[in-house]
Amino acid sequence: MPALTSRDHGSRHRELQDFAERPAMTKTSPDAAVVLKLDGITKRFGALTANGDVSLSLRKGEILALLGENGAGKTTLMNILFGHYVADEGTVEVLTEDGSLTELDPGSPHAALNAGIGMVHQHFTLAENLTALENILLGTEPLLALKSGRARARERLSDLMTGSGLIVDLDARISTLSVGEKQRVEILKALYRNARVLVLDEPTAVLTPQESDTLFATLKKLAADGLGIIFISHKLDEVIAASHRVAVLRGGRKVADQPTEGCDKRQLAELMVGKTVPESTRDSQVPGAARLILSSVTTGAGRDALHSVDLELLSGEILGIAGVSGNGQGTLAKVISGLLPPSSGTIALDGEVLTSADARRMIDTGIARIPEDRHKDGIVGPMSVAENLAIETIRKPQNQRFGFLRFEAIARRAKDAIVAYDIRCQGDKAPARLLSGGNIQKIVLARTLDASPSVVLAAQPSRGLDVGATSDVHRRLLEARARGAGVILISEDLDELLRLSDRIAVMHRGNLSQPDKTETLDRATLGLRMAGQSKEQAA
Amino acid sequence: MSDILEILLNANFWAAALRIATPLIFGVIGALVCERAGVLNLGIEGIFTAGAMAGWMAVWLGTGLWGGVLVAALAGGFFGLIHAILTVPLGLSQHVSGIGVTLFATSLSYFIYRTALPDVSSPPRIEAFKPLDIPGLSDLPFIGPALFQQTPLTFLALAIVAVTAFVLYRTPLGLAIRAVGDNPSAVESQGLSVYALRMGTVIAGSALMALGGAFLTMSAFDAFFFGMVNGRGWICIALTVFASWRPGKALIGALLFGAFDAFQVRLQTEVGSFIPGQVFLMMPYILSIAALILVARKADYPRALLVPYFRGQR
Ligand SMILES: Nc1ncnc2c1ncn2[C@@H]1O[C@H](COP(=O)(O)OP(=O)(O)OP(=O)(O)O)[C@@H](O)[C@H]1O
Ligand SMILES: [Mg+2]
Repeated sequence: MPALTSRDHGSRHRELQDFAERPAMTKTSPDAAVVLKLDGITKRFGALTANGDVSLSLRKGEILALLGENGAGKTTLMNILFGHYVADEGTVEVLTEDGSLTELDPGSPHAALNAGIGMVHQHFTLAENLTALENILLGTEPLLALKSGRARARERLSDLMTGSGLIVDLDARISTLSVGEKQRVEILKALYRNARVLVLDEPTAVLTPQESDTLFATLKKLAADGLGIIFISHKLDEVIAASHRVAVLRGGRKVADQPTEGCDKRQLAELMVGKTVPESTRDSQVPGAARLILSSVTTGAGRDALHSVDLELLSGEILGIAGVSGNGQGTLAKVISGLLPPSSGTIALDGEVLTSADARRMIDTGIARIPEDRHKDGIVGPMSVAENLAIETIRKPQNQRFGFLRFEAIARRAKDAIVAYDIRCQGDKAPARLLSGGNIQKIVLARTLDASPSVVLAAQPSRGLDVGATSDVHRRLLEARARGAGVILISEDLDELLRLSDRIAVMHRGNLSQPDKTETLDRATLGLRMAGQSKEQAA
Repeated sequence: MSDILEILLNANFWAAALRIATPLIFGVIGALVCERAGVLNLGIEGIFTAGAMAGWMAVWLGTGLWGGVLVAALAGGFFGLIHAILTVPLGLSQHVSGIGVTLFATSLSYFIYRTALPDVSSPPRIEAFKPLDIPGLSDLPFIGPALFQQTPLTFLALAIVAVTAFVLYRTPLGLAIRAVGDNPSAVESQGLSVYALRMGTVIAGSALMALGGAFLTMSAFDAFFFGMVNGRGWICIALTVFASWRPGKALIGALLFGAFDAFQVRLQTEVGSFIPGQVFLMMPYILSIAALILVARKADYPRALLVPYFRGQR
């Protein structure tokens, strides 16, 4: 990364630079008392052992990173710690006021909270119809009290907020907050209850690089004040930058527990997956003719609206779209998938006008979509893996005859896909909702890419995925490109964009810039342009 | 036109509207708190019947009027408990369970009534609540006469609206109820029990519904007869949506319905000679549907309404 050349860059730029160039923190664990001890935890779901004899401890002021593939059992372990699940075997011990380790009541979040354990879940647990203050106060006062001590709570919270740097508008309804703000509310919830151990399950999966940076700065400050922190992440850079110690789970068992000092990315990736992870790289390839053309597409309202967007996607290229999420990328994806008609402008694929096509027509003409929210828009949770794989082509002769489903053919093709895409599940009949995030994404990939689409629209395709699954996604996208498909890659991950894309355009406040060749771009310029600076300013 | 104005300016008209609205106020507040906690309670129609029967029979057996009110509430709480067990820890369909409770509570009430009084031809009467004269209030112009004709149960209903609003918006319990109807995981991750909150709320809400029934036999009439609830429970379910789950708006909705109903009775006597009476009977229902269409499209449903919660499941 080039050094900072001028001082008058935006503050966001500085944050971004800091993120990469911050001097390493002391990477040794503090020599303090153990605040938390998991001993021999085993948890089974039917035939599956999600955690097998896992032991783990955490010291005061220590930051522990918990790594593992999708489905390795990280969330399960933390849910046991917090009392959402009851372990089949093993105990959780916490440091009490009198300085001794005491066993925690299993299966009781109430007991965990009282013992000073705070948890920020992978999927936020906030009531959207309440304000931030109300969510923080929830459950902290006796239920039958006639009054709620809001004034006092406000006072304490404003101290906590200034102390930790986690500033939120306490009176804002949760539904109006951004993802980053919601996360701050979650952390404040824990701090307000005097947590001594804070667990964060993939806190940065949905944050922008800037927000992640601020989060880690806060976490370090909190750890320095004596809080013990466990965080789960798939992003190895931040693990190395921010943790004292790493523990790695593989297939539910702990396979490593070591100081972060001296670890490198490759080594951690190998520990997680059990083998070396191939890093896909883009080979040079001359793109073909234009496939998908959007001209002056305008639609939507508010922050997520599109303003006269022009886009030309060539065959055999990956076109990256960078931008802080919520700047219109979601709307762009909806328009291209036929879920939202443009209010003006045109869309054409290989010369065929698709301006007012619906989702079915878009799929049939060869536009495959990898939706941003794979749990909500990518699968139907209660339906089986096989049904989810067939769902987009359900009217095709391979799946139905005379209006009746061909179950055998569907199951056979599902079994093939499970092998080809390495979907880890308990068979083609397992409900899709039980799969881990990475494996759900593989269902989506198998479904969309098997139809040999001419355009692939991938929105945040590797969000929340482990290194192995991410590398699979990247490989599949590059394969589609090699086959001559055009790929639109919407992502917040700059490294991913720079590695995969032939050209990158930047989206800001609903405007899409002209794409630039990736060779002419770097992280810093992209970061600046994502923050809204024009090409000339950023250069 | 002047006829209509005359009706609207008559204190007796407003007295009737408030009287008709009273059972609905109990019912809609009961339905509203259940739904705020995420549980639709279609048992309401049957719980009205059970409350009407139980309250009346208790008084007939000599518990006294307030004893009857208590018995009605307990009966409502009992059917609420059944609905709560079926829908909360067992997570069964709230629609199916609610309709089941309505059928069960209605037929059980009729059964008990018939078994206790096998040979009566005209229903036995009790000494019902008398209008309450609150000094000062009754002297107010216009409102005074309208309030003066009401029984203590109407005042209880109005008080319950205020208490419910206070509990929902001002107390930790209300906060937890609103949260559990929006996102049960938020409640569980703050150490509270989703099951206890939802079950408790459904039981309390059902007890309130039963008071609506008790008003019918202990205040509006002085006897119990079959079919007397006559769809009032269902109206309350619609009013909840109309009210966007807010107690204040629920009161307004119930009063509007009461006013429509009182108005149609009076209009019927004015112009009934050339329009069939059934048209007037339909009017409050049609007007409520129209009001619902206008309001409900924008309604802000509790997000977890109808969604069962199971611990430790993804
Ligand atoms: N309630 C449940 N019922 C059945 N299986 C479950 C349940 N919860 C988790 N599992 C299974 O246990 C395994 C571990 O899941 P877990 O969510 O702990 O993984 P993870 O390491 O957090 O993965 P990710 O990185 O995708 O979040 C997975 O195979 C998952 O399918
Ligand atoms: Mg997880």
